[in-house]
Amino acid sequence: MFKRSQREKAYSIILFGSALTALIIILLIAGFIFKEGIPIFQKYGFWNVIFGNKWNPSNMIYGLWPMIIGTIYVTLGSLIIGVPLGVLTAIFLAELAPGRLVSTVIRPSIELLAGIPSVVYGLFGMTTIVPLIRSLTLRIPAYADDPALSSGYGILAGSIILSIMILPTVINIAEDAIRSVPPDFKEGSLALGATHWQTIYRVIVPAARSGIMAGVVLGMGRALGETMAIIMVAGNATIIPGSIFSSVRTLTGNVAIEIAYSSGEHTQALFATGIVLFIFIMIINSVALAFAKKEV
Amino acid sequence: MNKTQKMKTVVIIAALAMAFAVGGCTSKEEAPKITEGQAPELEGTIQIAGSTSVQPLSEELAKGFMVINPKVKINVAGGGSGAGVKAAQSGTADIGAASRELKDAEKPTVKYLAIAMDGIAVIVHKDNKIADLTIENIAKIFAGEITDWSELDGEKGTIHVFNREEGSGTRGAFEEIVLGDAAFTDKAGIQNSTGAVRTAVAGDISGIGYISLGGVNDEIKALKVESVEATLANVQSEKYKIARPFNYLTQKDPEGIVKAFIDYILSAEGQEVVLENGFIPVK
Repeated sequence: MFKRSQREKAYSIILFGSALTALIIILLIAGFIFKEGIPIFQKYGFWNVIFGNKWNPSNMIYGLWPMIIGTIYVTLGSLIIGVPLGVLTAIFLAELAPGRLVSTVIRPSIELLAGIPSVVYGLFGMTTIVPLIRSLTLRIPAYADDPALSSGYGILAGSIILSIMILPTVINIAEDAIRSVPPDFKEGSLALGATHWQTIYRVIVPAARSGIMAGVVLGMGRALGETMAIIMVAGNATIIPGSIFSSVRTLTGNVAIEIAYSSGEHTQALFATGIVLFIFIMIINSVALAFAKKEV
Repeated sequence: MNKTQKMKTVVIIAALAMAFAVGGCTSKEEAPKITEGQAPELEGTIQIAGSTSVQPLSEELAKGFMVINPKVKINVAGGGSGAGVKAAQSGTADIGAASRELKDAEKPTVKYLAIAMDGIAVIVHKDNKIADLTIENIAKIFAGEITDWSELDGEKGTIHVFNREEGSGTRGAFEEIVLGDAAFTDKAGIQNSTGAVRTAVAGDISGIGYISLGGVNDEIKALKVESVEATLANVQSEKYKIARPFNYLTQKDPEGIVKAFIDYILSAEGQEVVLENGFIPVK
C-alpha cells in the first residue's frame, strides 16, 4: 500500500499532532482567561484587586484577598493532615507491607479513593464531618455565638476533605520515589548494622526526598484546584478567616459559585480570579518539576 | 502479533476514533428535524429586554416557541427591570420584562401582563420550634441583627444563616422583597443552588435559608410568613408576601408574532415551561 518510510512519517505526524494538542489547548485557555480577566485589573488596579479585602460584585467591589487567604489556609491545612498520612503510608507500602496485603486490599482502596467523584467527597463532608465539627464548636463558648465560626463549615472541614482527596497523589508518587532508591543504599545500611527502621528514616527517606517533595507539591496542586467538594464544606463566606473553624471561600469556589448568573464586569472579575489561580498553579507545577528533575 | 504490529494497530485505532469523533460532532450540528405543516407560518424577530431574573425563563420560553415556529427569531437581552420598562415605553424592544409590580406612574404608560410568579420559601430545620416569622424579623436575621433563636421565642442556639451566591436571581428577589435597603450579613454560609441550601439547612438545627417555592420538600420546614403558609395558591392569590410577578410589558396591545408568543406562554404548554423552571404559573 504505502512504502515503509511513508508509513513511518505518517505515524510520527499523528503522534506529533496529538502532542501538540495539549500545548495548543493550554495556550487557548490561558489566552482566553487573560483576555477576559485583564480589564478588571486595568480598571481597578492590580494590587487593589489582589489585596482588596471586600468582595461585593453588586456594588462593584472586587477584592480577591479573602479568597486568596482562604485558598492558602485550606491548602496548607490539607497538607498538614494529608502529607504525614500519605508519606507514612507510602513508606509502609514500599518497605514493610507484605505483598499480598498490599495488592489485594490497600492498593485497590487507594485507587478507589482516587476514583471517587469530588461531589461525593463533598456530600460526605457536608453530612458527616461538618456536623461533627459543629458539635465541637458549639461546646466552645467563644465560638458558639459567632455564626461564621460555629456552623461547622470552614477551613477545618475543607482541610479534612481535601487531605483525603490528595492522599492517592501523595502516596503513589512518594511510593515510587522510595522504591526507586537503589537497593545498594539499603543493603549498605543494613550491612553496617543499622536496624530496618533506622535504615528507613536515615537512608531511604532522605534519598527519596526530592521525589517525595514532588508528590507533596503535586498533592498541593490538587488541593488548590479542587472545587466541588470544597464548595460544599467550606461555608463560602467572603471573610478573612480568623480561626480554623471560620467559614472561607477559595478561589476555585468563587468562580464556580458565581459564574452561572454573573454578567458584565462581574464575569470579568471571576476571570480575574481565574488568572490568580492560573498563576498559583503555574508556580506550584514549576516547583514540582524542579523537584522531579533533581531526582536521580 | 509482535510488539510493533500491536503498536501500529493501537495508533490506527486511535486515529480512526479521532476521525470518527470529529465526524460525529459535525453531523450532530445539523438542524433538528421539525414537524412541518402548521398553516400560516409565523415569521419575524422579537426583541425582549429587561429583568435578568426573567431572562432565563424568557430564553426557555423562546426556545420552546422557536421549535414550533422555526422562522421566528427571539432575542433575549438583560438590563434590569427598569431598563425593561423603558424599553417597552419607548418601543426599543418588542417586549420589556420586569420582575416586580409596576409602579403606579408606570402603569398607564405600557400594557402589561404577568406571565409567571416567583415565590420564595424561608426554610428552617424540621425540629426548629419556630413556625411563623414576620418579614421584619426575617430581614433582621439575614442582616445579622438577630443572631440567636432565643430572641424569637425559639430554643437557644446561634442562628446559622445560609445565603445564595451573589448574582443569583433568588438572592436578588429575596434581597429586594425582604431586606430592602439593608445588607446581608457577611457571616452567612454561601451555597450555590437550591438543593445545596436545602441540604445545609436540613443538616443544621440552627440553620435558616431561603429557596424558591418549587424546591420545598419534607427534608426541611417552610416557615409561614406573616402567618401565611408558603403555598402555590397563596402566592397566586398574592397573600404570601415573599413573592413577585414576572411581567411582560409592551408599548401597545400585542399583535402579530408578539401576541402569538404571549399566547404560547399563557397556554398550558408555556405554563408547563414556567413550572419546569421553578416558577409559579399564573393560571
